[in-house]
Amino acid sequence: MKNDATFSMRIKNWYGHDKNFARLLIIFILVVVAFSIINPSKFLSVANFQSMVYQFPEFGLMSLGVMLTMLLGGIDLSVVGMANLTAITAASTLVAFVPEGASDGQTMMVIVFAVALGIIVGSAAGFLNGNLVSRLHIPPILATLGSQQLFTGIGLIITQGSSISRLPAMYAETGKTLVAGFIPLALFIFIGAVIVLSIILNKTTFGTSLYMMGSNPVASKFSGLNNTAVTNKAYMLSGTLSAIAGLIMLVNYNSAKPDYGSAYTLQCILIVVLGGVNPNGGFGKVGGVALAILILQVLSSGLNLFPTISNFYRQLIWGGVLLAVLTLNYFTELREKKRISTSYKDDKPKETAKA
Amino acid sequence: MNKIKKLTHQTEFYIFLVIIVLALIIQARSDQFFTGNNLVDLANALIVPALFSIGTFMIIVSGGIDVSFPALAALASYIVTVVLNGMNYTGPIIVPFIFAGAIGLACGAFNGLFIAKMRLPALIATLGTQSVFRGILQGALNAQQINTLPPSMKEFGQSSLFVSQNADGVTSMMPTAFLALVVVVVIAFIILRYTMLGRGIYAIGGDESSANRAGFKVVKTKFFVYCFAGVIAGITGIIRACMMNMVHPTNMFGMEMTVIAAIVLGGTSITGGTGTLTGTILGIFLLTMVQNSLIMLGVPAYWQDFMTGLLIIIGTAVSSVQILRSQKQRKPSLSKAGS
Repeated sequence: MKNDATFSMRIKNWYGHDKNFARLLIIFILVVVAFSIINPSKFLSVANFQSMVYQFPEFGLMSLGVMLTMLLGGIDLSVVGMANLTAITAASTLVAFVPEGASDGQTMMVIVFAVALGIIVGSAAGFLNGNLVSRLHIPPILATLGSQQLFTGIGLIITQGSSISRLPAMYAETGKTLVAGFIPLALFIFIGAVIVLSIILNKTTFGTSLYMMGSNPVASKFSGLNNTAVTNKAYMLSGTLSAIAGLIMLVNYNSAKPDYGSAYTLQCILIVVLGGVNPNGGFGKVGGVALAILILQVLSSGLNLFPTISNFYRQLIWGGVLLAVLTLNYFTELREKKRISTSYKDDKPKETAKA
Repeated sequence: MNKIKKLTHQTEFYIFLVIIVLALIIQARSDQFFTGNNLVDLANALIVPALFSIGTFMIIVSGGIDVSFPALAALASYIVTVVLNGMNYTGPIIVPFIFAGAIGLACGAFNGLFIAKMRLPALIATLGTQSVFRGILQGALNAQQINTLPPSMKEFGQSSLFVSQNADGVTSMMPTAFLALVVVVVIAFIILRYTMLGRGIYAIGGDESSANRAGFKVVKTKFFVYCFAGVIAGITGIIRACMMNMVHPTNMFGMEMTVIAAIVLGGTSITGGTGTLTGTILGIFLLTMVQNSLIMLGVPAYWQDFMTGLLIIIGTAVSSVQILRSQKQRKPSLSKAGS
C-alpha cells in the first residue's frame, strides 16, 4: 500500500495530518516570495537578514511563553513586564558592580551573576503569576494584567522613570558573539528554546499533563494530575523565557527602561493565535508558533521597505491580521461542525467515525 | 439585625470602609482631604473613568471583557473634533455628543460582531480591535494634538455647576459634565434593574446556556451590551476633550487597566453574572482617590503603577477567594475539582 502512494498523495496526507502547519508554511513562503519580488535588492540583503535575526528572538521567546499559558486555557499579559524587569535588574546590577577599570575577568563574572540574577527574577515573577492563578484562583487575564502593571511599577521605582544605560561594553559584545562562527547567540538561544520546548511538550509527563489540563481541567484533576503544580510550572517557564527575552533586549538596546517593547504584548498573542493555539486551551504546537514568529518578522521587516507607511499602520495591520485569523478559524470550525452534524443526520456511522 | 448582616456580606460595604479609613489617613497626614476643594477635584477626576466603567461594567457582568474603549473614545473624539472644526461648527453641544455616540455605536457594533456573533474570546478580540482603532487614529488619520475646539464644546468644558472655595482662597469648579455621569448612571441603573434586557445581561453572565434555555436572546443581548458601551465610550471621549479643552490622541491609553481593576475591586465577578453599579462607582472612587492622594501624601509619581498593580491583585484575590468560599459552602465536591 505504502509503495503505491504517489508524491502528491503523500503531500495530501501530510497536509491533512497537520493542516495548520501546512497553511502557515504556505503563508510564510508566499510572504517571503512577495517581498523578494517587490524589492529584491533591499529585502534579500545581508543587512536585512541580520537585523531580522537579532530582532525576532526578543518577541519570539515571549510568544513561546504566552503559548505555554494559552495551552492551559490561560493567558500571560505580563511577558513584556517580566522581560523589562529582568533587563532592569541585570542592567542595574551591571552598573552597580562593575568597578571602573575592571579587568575582563572581573567584568565577566559580574555579567554571569547579573544574567543569573535576571533569570531568577523573571522566573520568580512567573512563579508569582502561577500562584495567583493556581492557588488564589484569580482569572489569568486579571492576574497577569495586574502583575504586568506591578512589574512595570517595580521597574519604574528602580529606574525612577528614566532609563539605565552606560552598561559595560563587554555585555553587548558577549551578547553579539557568533556561535560556531555564524549563528548569532540570540538566534542560537531561540532555536535551543524551540527544541527544548518541543521536547518538553511532546516527550515529558509535564507536557502531556499541560495538554490534558488545557482541554479539561476538571477531568485532569480527577485523573490525579496536580493542576496547581502544572499551572505554576507553565507560568514560571513563561517567566523564564521572558527573562531571556529581556536579556536579549538589553543586548540589542544597550539600555533598560520599563516601557520598552510595549507593543509586544499584542504581537505575542497574535503570533500564538496565528500559530494555531486554541485560546481555550488544549491544542497547539511549538512548530506552528515558531513559523508564526517567522511570518511576523518577515512581514514587519517587509513593511520597513516602504518608508511611506508610518509605524502606526503596523498596529492597524497586526490588529487586522489577528481579527482576520480569528474570523477564519471561526468559519473553518463552523464548516467542520456542519459537516459532522450532517453526517450524523444522514446516519452514516462509518463516515462519522472517520471524521 | 438582618439588615446589618446583609450589609456585612457585601463587597461594597468593605470598599466603603476602606475608602473611609484611607480618607482619614490622608486627612491626618496632609490635613487637606476633607476640604471642599479636594472633594470637588476628586469628583472632577472621577468623571471620565466612571463613565467608562459603566459600559465596561455591563460588559463584564455579561461575561465578557473590553480593553478597546480608550482607543475607541480617542478615535471618536478626534474624528468629531476634526470634522466640526473643518465645518467651523458653531451650533449646540448636543451635535458633537450625538456624532461621537454614533461613531462609538459603530465601533461597539464592530466589537459585538466578533464577540457576540462569532463568539470569539472577548479579551483577544478587543485587543485586536483596540489595535485597529489605534492604527486608524494614529496611522490612517495621522492624529496630532488639537488645541482649538468648536466654541460650544469649549463652553461646555468650562461651564460649572458650582465653584467651591477653600479658606485659603483655592478654588475648584464642579464641571457640568458631572451631570452627564449622573444621567448615564441613571440610564444604566434603570436598564439593569427594571428591564428584561438587564435581567438578561445578568443571566447570560451567570450561565449562558441556562439563560438561552430560559428564553433570553444571548447573541442579541451581548451585541446590545457592546453597542451600549461603545456609545458611552464615544460620548466620554468628547466629554474628556471638552474638559481638557483639547484632543490628545494617546493620553487616554492605559486607562483600561484602572477601569477594569476598579470594577473588579467593586465586587463584580470577572467571569460575569454578579456585581452592582454602586460597587463599580465605589471602586472607581477608591482608585481615583489613591491616584490623586499619593501626591498629597508625598509619594513620588512613579510609585503609581506599582500601587495600581498591587491594588488590582489584592482586590481580585480577595474577591476570588470569597467566591471560592461560597462555592465550597454550596457544593463541596465540585469546587474541589474546579481549578
